[in-house]
Amino acid sequence: MKKWQCLVCDFVYDEAKGLPEEGIAPGTLWADVPESWTCPDCGAAKADFIMVEVD
Amino acid sequence: MSTATLEAPSWTDSKRYLWMLGIVVMGLPIYGYLLVQWTGLGLFWWTTPMVVYGLIPLFDRLIGEDNANPPDSIMATLAADKYYRYVVFAAIPMQYATFIWGTYMAVTGGLAWWAYLGLLVSVGMTSGLAINVGHELGHQTDPLERWLAKIALAPVMYGHFYTEHNRGHHVRVATPEDPATSRFGETFYEFLPRCVYGSIASAWEIEKKRLNKQGKSAWSLENDNLQAWGITVLLFGAMTAWLGIWALPFMLLQAAFGGSLLEVVNYLEHYGLLRQKKADGSYERCQPHHSWNSNHLATNVFLYHLQRHSDHHAYPTRSFQTLRNFDGLPRLPSGYAGMILAAYLPPVWFRLMDPRVVAHFNGDMSRANIKPSMRERVIAKYRSAAA
Repeated sequence: MKKWQCLVCDFVYDEAKGLPEEGIAPGTLWADVPESWTCPDCGAAKADFIMVEVD
Repeated sequence: MSTATLEAPSWTDSKRYLWMLGIVVMGLPIYGYLLVQWTGLGLFWWTTPMVVYGLIPLFDRLIGEDNANPPDSIMATLAADKYYRYVVFAAIPMQYATFIWGTYMAVTGGLAWWAYLGLLVSVGMTSGLAINVGHELGHQTDPLERWLAKIALAPVMYGHFYTEHNRGHHVRVATPEDPATSRFGETFYEFLPRCVYGSIASAWEIEKKRLNKQGKSAWSLENDNLQAWGITVLLFGAMTAWLGIWALPFMLLQAAFGGSLLEVVNYLEHYGLLRQKKADGSYERCQPHHSWNSNHLATNVFLYHLQRHSDHHAYPTRSFQTLRNFDGLPRLPSGYAGMILAAYLPPVWFRLMDPRVVAHFNGDMSRANIKPSMRERVIAKYRSAAA
């Protein structure tokens, strides 16, 4: 499981945790997050995230 | 029978070359000086404020609004067109020419106090406008543009904006936690110190948290605030070494004025607007109706569409040339250039804007971002008016 970070505001999407409140189940891979999804904190597009090794 | 051919979309960007005005405006103090020389009239030391406070609001009124959006089919091409990047880059040499020339003139020109003051305000305005250049560049993800953003912010001593705007303001916009979101009933003069102090403190916290997570000190040279402020120290140090100690008060005061120009724009961008809280206590996403929008053409072409602020906050990585207008947005009655004059005069501001905030929330002011000391009173007042 990987983490992806927003280049605009540093929000981190954790594949292991998903975003259940946005309908993205825990364990959802980044590749399976819809292309229309945007950063919940700042609205940046999915393309504006980079993979990061956090922790 | 005719054969349909696939044609390139015939849409052209009518504003394409107007974006060069962003470069032109950076040289206003120099043109003013040339006018002083040419006409012998000292009034022209004040050319820059006359254009920004007078001519541009006048053009906003005469030309009016431009509500047109590029067709969706052209957006990708438009966003990828490098011309729009270079036209922003090109504002920076002009900005620096004005800053260096202006400081030199202030120190060596032997100016009368009113000419000095005109020069100070003029150079400060271009420095303040350069925060808009830094804003545009700071939203890009390319390292070159991100460095240029810090360089554009250096003469106005606003390096913290680089961090705070993206990672602070964009996350907390239209909430009481955001220092750069003004509240209903708050005057510009109350907002200004709250916003400046809050933004600097927040920028420091954000970088400290990021660096500490990596096991580094907040004083590490990787701190974006220290890098951006460092350019200011180098620039002001070099100018003082060259021109002597009297360069310093001029540079500091023009920066203070430039910063206040950005903050007055901040003041009007989200006045009174509030994102509602969801059941889990977090805020709803930022949507177009969480920013005041303006389609006034004259100010827009000087500010890289900054006034299409609703689209910018809802989709912060859209480049300036592709920002759209939407129907049903909270709309400012004039362009920013005119609105800042109202913001300087709180009674005028309140008379102009408060009814618009109330109308936006249909009188239910419990949904608005209100100055805490008057919150209950305001909610009750408009509730009883609606009943």
